[in-house]
Amino acid sequence: MTTEAADPTEAVGAVAPAADPGFLQRHGTTIEYILIPGAALAGALVVFGIFVAMFGKNPLDLYFYMYYGAFGTWFSWQNTLTRAAPLILTALCTALPAQLGMVIIGGEGALLIGALSATSAALLLQGMPPLIVQIAMVIAGVSGGGLWIMLAGALRQYRGVNETISSLLLVYIGLAILNHLVEGAMRDPASLNKPSTREIGAANMIGSIPGTDVHWGLVFGLIAAVAAYILIYHTVFGFAARVAGGNIRAAKIVGLGVSKLILTICFLAGGAAGLAGMVEVAAVQGRTNANLAAGYGFTGILVAFLARQNPLAIIPVAILLGGISASGGLLQRRLGLPDASVLVLQGIIFVFVLASDALYGRIGFLKGKS
Amino acid sequence: MADGSIGLWTVPLAVLGGAIRVSTPFLFVSLGECITERSGRINLGLEGTLVMGAMSAYGISYLTGSPWLGVLAAGITGALLGALHAGICSLPRVNDVAVGIALMLFGTGLAFYLGKPLIEPTAPRLPAIDFGWWSDIPQLRAALRVNVLFLIGVALAPILYWAFRTTRWGLLIRTAGESSDAARAMGHSVLLIRLRATMVGGFLAGIGGSFLSLFYPGSWNEGLSSGQGITAVALVIFARWDPLLCLWASLAFGGAAALGPALQSVGVTSGYHLFNAAPYILTLAIMIVTCSPKRTLTGAPAELSITR
Repeated sequence: MTTEAADPTEAVGAVAPAADPGFLQRHGTTIEYILIPGAALAGALVVFGIFVAMFGKNPLDLYFYMYYGAFGTWFSWQNTLTRAAPLILTALCTALPAQLGMVIIGGEGALLIGALSATSAALLLQGMPPLIVQIAMVIAGVSGGGLWIMLAGALRQYRGVNETISSLLLVYIGLAILNHLVEGAMRDPASLNKPSTREIGAANMIGSIPGTDVHWGLVFGLIAAVAAYILIYHTVFGFAARVAGGNIRAAKIVGLGVSKLILTICFLAGGAAGLAGMVEVAAVQGRTNANLAAGYGFTGILVAFLARQNPLAIIPVAILLGGISASGGLLQRRLGLPDASVLVLQGIIFVFVLASDALYGRIGFLKGKS
Repeated sequence: MADGSIGLWTVPLAVLGGAIRVSTPFLFVSLGECITERSGRINLGLEGTLVMGAMSAYGISYLTGSPWLGVLAAGITGALLGALHAGICSLPRVNDVAVGIALMLFGTGLAFYLGKPLIEPTAPRLPAIDFGWWSDIPQLRAALRVNVLFLIGVALAPILYWAFRTTRWGLLIRTAGESSDAARAMGHSVLLIRLRATMVGGFLAGIGGSFLSLFYPGSWNEGLSSGQGITAVALVIFARWDPLLCLWASLAFGGAAALGPALQSVGVTSGYHLFNAAPYILTLAIMIVTCSPKRTLTGAPAELSITR
């Protein structure tokens, strides 16, 4: 008993420093979440600079053109934001299931199926008022993409199929379905070189935010990200999801409907990516063809990981990576870099961000927080 | 014998040829991944390794004139990517599935970047051995033109099966995969075993890539691999981490992948893209049938993150 009695005093002694924490200690976690990914990003940029220097290009030129092409002018800002819109939505496709501890990497497939469904809805409803067509496109895009990822979730829950692999296989299956329909049943006979569906019609396009060239898809993305944040952090449903993600057995013991959680979250995740597909059709392409497989789904995975699966953090990260991809054209023209350099940089960033996971809780001056 | 006289036999012949030709990359990647996963780690980055292997093999073959040096270069590139994967995974709290996704993007991007100048030139290809000399049917002869890499892969499967069961290295890899504590208690570094297993896995996957660019389809372009690497990773799961089953599964996959082009050659063009997706649909279907939520898969290494 005497030895046990000594313990509480010791515990109080250990807590005592925390009673008067400095600013760094109080906000240690938040600072870490900004500092560590930031450092990883900087490290990745340095390595990419060295990589480019090996090919005889000046890294300082590289950084300048990257900044200029991404955020240097109003024109590049608009280009950046236009690319960020689908990235926010496809990142949610990875970030929402991550709350449940699932790794879904099939956003590209949900985007393609969403685009195909939205186009089908628009083509079926030709002649209806544009607003009705657009609403139908949103519903079709969200449900198409949502059901696609829900399939991966259901396979995981009911058959134990690994969701990472199944969602990636579904990308290739989705692309095959898109190509099959675009070159077959849904093909516009007038599209000779690039098989495409018929156009959804200029009146049905969702257009730009007034005063800019940025389409309304950005607003869709912002609303979806904020809604996802509220859902995950400020509702009972989100709390249940995070409990299940933390400890699936505990969730089952307290009686949470894990199947329902998984299916709903996967539907919402796929729905977000499907909405990205709808936006790409209704704001950029005007029709469905193989151009839609532009890799937004794969970049979205990187955005989600860089944002540490936090729906609000996805917004700035998507703008940052949208900027990197927007600067790709300028890098090609001014520095003669191949278009794949954006992919290389994204890969390096991804590797650095994951390796930086090891740093959390290990930075000396931030330690001592409760 | 005239072309037309064998008629619809073209399809099974092309599927047979495909099972031999198209299966080789599946075979190498799945055997490599089998070694890595047996050591308790999953490397989803082999898709990137495959593409990097294809690019470096083509480049080295073009520069040196020797396709076999290209194969070696592809293997070394793959081993380096494997070392990168294992190195990052050795850090505390780093998720191996996520690192694999990152290396998939990184490997593909790097291969496209470095491979830009290689799209135009023609590099020396790997030679084929003609096993169909006794036949008059051109399609059968084409189907039986076999690459040495395929034979190496076929030989490798039983060798690995034997090595896992009887050699010291096989036992060490399996120990690391079943219980890292046991391996540590025996005085071995789990991280080092996994590093080596991932490097060997990457080496084999790189060689699988060299087959793509140096034999079939036999050129370098950015659409060379569309998911063969990831399909092969999935293939290991339903081959139950058994090298011999990997061999049969790879052959089945090669046949499935050859179905689309085979049907197209006899004039069945509708559904071409759907038939091309056959390997992915097959993978998914087999995973649905063989997986179960109630128990872990038999043969699954206990330390593997995706089966827990």
